[in-house]
This record gives sequence, structure tokens and C-alpha cells, in this order.
Amino acid sequence: MEALYENILALQWQQIVMWIIGGLLIYLAIRHDMEPTLLLPMGFGAILVNLPNSGAVDRFVDGILESEGALSTLYNAGIANELFPLILFIGIGAMIDFGPILSNPKLMVFGAAAQFGIFFTMCLASIFFPLNDPASIGIIGAADGPTAIVVAQKLNSDYLGAIMVAAYSYMALVPIIQPPVIRLLTTKKERLIRMPYKPASVSKTTRILFPIIITVLAGLVAPDSVSLVGFLMFGNLIRECGVLNSLSETAQKVLANLITIFLGITIASQMQAENFLRPQTLLILGLGLFAFIFDTAGGVIFAKFLNLFLKEKINPMIGAAGISAFPMAGRIVHKMGIKEDPQNFLLMQSMGVNVSGQIASVIAGGLILNFFM
Amino acid sequence: MMLNILSNTAAEFVVDPMNFVENLKYMGTGMLGIFIVMGAIILSTFVLNKILNKKDKDGE
Repeated sequence: MEALYENILALQWQQIVMWIIGGLLIYLAIRHDMEPTLLLPMGFGAILVNLPNSGAVDRFVDGILESEGALSTLYNAGIANELFPLILFIGIGAMIDFGPILSNPKLMVFGAAAQFGIFFTMCLASIFFPLNDPASIGIIGAADGPTAIVVAQKLNSDYLGAIMVAAYSYMALVPIIQPPVIRLLTTKKERLIRMPYKPASVSKTTRILFPIIITVLAGLVAPDSVSLVGFLMFGNLIRECGVLNSLSETAQKVLANLITIFLGITIASQMQAENFLRPQTLLILGLGLFAFIFDTAGGVIFAKFLNLFLKEKINPMIGAAGISAFPMAGRIVHKMGIKEDPQNFLLMQSMGVNVSGQIASVIAGGLILNFFM
Repeated sequence: MMLNILSNTAAEFVVDPMNFVENLKYMGTGMLGIFIVMGAIILSTFVLNKILNKKDKDGE
């Protein structure tokens, strides 16, 4: 008879709080369409791992492993060794069309500028956290889930769960976070600047050589980024080579969806109440928001700085598209441009900058690993 | 109880503002590194476009 209720008596209030948080993530995913591919599995997983003596995670008695849980097994198989996010990157690389930046390469400089928030937040976080945790927190600003997972995991951060919740939640909130920052940093006159789109032609050979060259260049400067950059560019090479169409389609759809299913629910194994419900979690959520804000600010201010020297002015809003939240950041900038002037089409420029932000964020992740590993 | 929670919370944090200044070097090096790599990629792309688009035109 005791066996029926003793587990219920083991329930702690902190676990109930985590059920509410899990429920909130599920609500945001379904009702508000906020990154549902990750927030829904993470939300449900948070509930799974916060049931008393949950069989979904490893159970220990007096420090000895009593039984293995499925989520712990998945975590060791794909997150602890960074395998899942790297495989996901193959799918992401296969989805990306580098055409807009290949036809106008100088836009890539804004992708670089918009990574400012990563490093600035890292410096801010170092006020409160020791050693490698500030770097893991700063990488939230990469606005790129796989990069954040790989960096936080390699740096052995204690806050992987909080970092993932912050990264994916803020990626979904980019349409709310970016516009006020952009409006604050730009004048009406600047937002009205038109940028006629004059694409240069791009040969197929360029499209094939581009991912190879990026991998070599990034790998020479930041060797710890080789896996991140390499898997992303491998996916792109599959897409662009023209002879692996079925592999490209598989990478973009089946592979990406499969890994996403496992990634979200497995990350939730780090959302057990004793790991997640700490004051540091709130601080990390706040710092993550800072990272996104300063990324946006970095890109916009850099564009304004360049305009001091350029005859043909750049609309500084496209700097904000350098954040790696693809394709949302690019679309937001384009929509803001249309709102100011219905004839001002910034889509190709903003998508080009957005794509370059994907490359720059991975390089930033690699550099951070170089510094702290 | 509230005081206990607050004092336990405070004990978990070690606030050292000087760390911000000490870590600025990583910010400088990191941003420089990204710009150098992106600069090299931009240059390579320009060169690729020039050589390969010229070849296409000559071929025509």
C-alpha cells in the first residue's frame, strides 16, 4: 500500500515550480509559436525529469548508480560529446543559401560587428561568475543553439539548462527585442536610407569553393571551431555541389527534424530543479537578454560608424540583422524598412547580413573555446 | 525566512567588478579575431568572384 503513495510524498515544491516552467515553455511554443521545435520538447522534458525519482534520468543511491534513465543515456550519447548539435549543423548548413553575401561580400562585415554582445556579456558575467561560466553565458549572444550547446558543454558549464532556455527563448523573442533597440539607436532619416540591390553574378564554382575556404580560414585562426564551422560548411557543400540532391534534402528535413526531437528533450535533463532553480538562473536569463541587445547595438552602431566615411550611405538597420537568429533578424529589419518607407526593400541586404552572422557566430564560438580551453 | 533566503542568495555570489576590466582583453582579441577572419573571407570571395566570373565571360 505504501508503494502507491510514498513517491507522491517525495514530491518537493521546487519540482512543482519546474512543472510550471515546463508548462510555460509548452504554452509559449504552441500558443505563441515561439521556437516550438525546441521549446516544446524542452518544456515537456522539464516535467519528465522533475517527477520524484523519475526513471527518465539516472538514479543514484548513496552515490552509486542504481538505474540508468533514457534521457541521461541520450545526454551522454549526444550532448556530453557535442554530437547532436554538430549533426544538426549539417542540416542547417544545407538549408543556408549564401548567394546574397557571395554577390555582395562586403555585407559580411556586419555579421562580425553583431557578435559584440557575446564578448561584452562575457565581461559583464565575469563580475558574478568564475572561470569558464562567463564565456558560456556570453555565447547566448551567438543566437545559435548548436554553438551555445557546444561551447557550454566543452567549457563544462554548470548552467547548461539555463543557458539553453535563455538562448532559445530569446531567439524566439528577437521580433520583440530588436525593434526598440534599433529605433533607439537610429534616426528617422537613417531608417529611410535606401539601398538599391545590385547583385553581382555568382558562379557555381564560387558556391562550391566558398564553404571549403571558410572552413580552412576559420580553422587556421580558431582550431577549436573546426567541428562547428566544418559541419556547417559540410552541410552547405552537400547543398551546393549539385550531385547530392537527395542527401541535401535528407539533411535539411529528416536529419534536422530527427536531431531536433532528441536535442530538445535531452537538454531538459539539465533542467532538474536542484540545477535550474538557483539565483544564478535568473542572472543568466538577464545576461542573455543583454547579449542580444548588445549584439543588435553592435551591428547598428558599426553601420553608423561606417556611414561617417561612405559616400553611398548604408541603412544602419541592416547591422542588426547580423545577429545569427536566421531568418528572423533579416525579416525584422526588412519589415522595419518597409514600415518607414513602403518602397524601401532591404530584404536581400538584410538576409545577406543575417547569413553572415551565422558564420561569424560560429567563429566567435571557436575563438571563445580557443581562449578558455 | 525571507532574510535567510536573501543571505543564502548573497553568499552564492562572489561579485568582483575588476573582473570586467581584466576580461576586456578577451573582448578586444575576440572582436579583432572575428573581423580578421571575416575580412579574409570577404577578400577570398572578391577574388573568387573576379577570377571565376571572368572565366565564365571568356568562355562565352
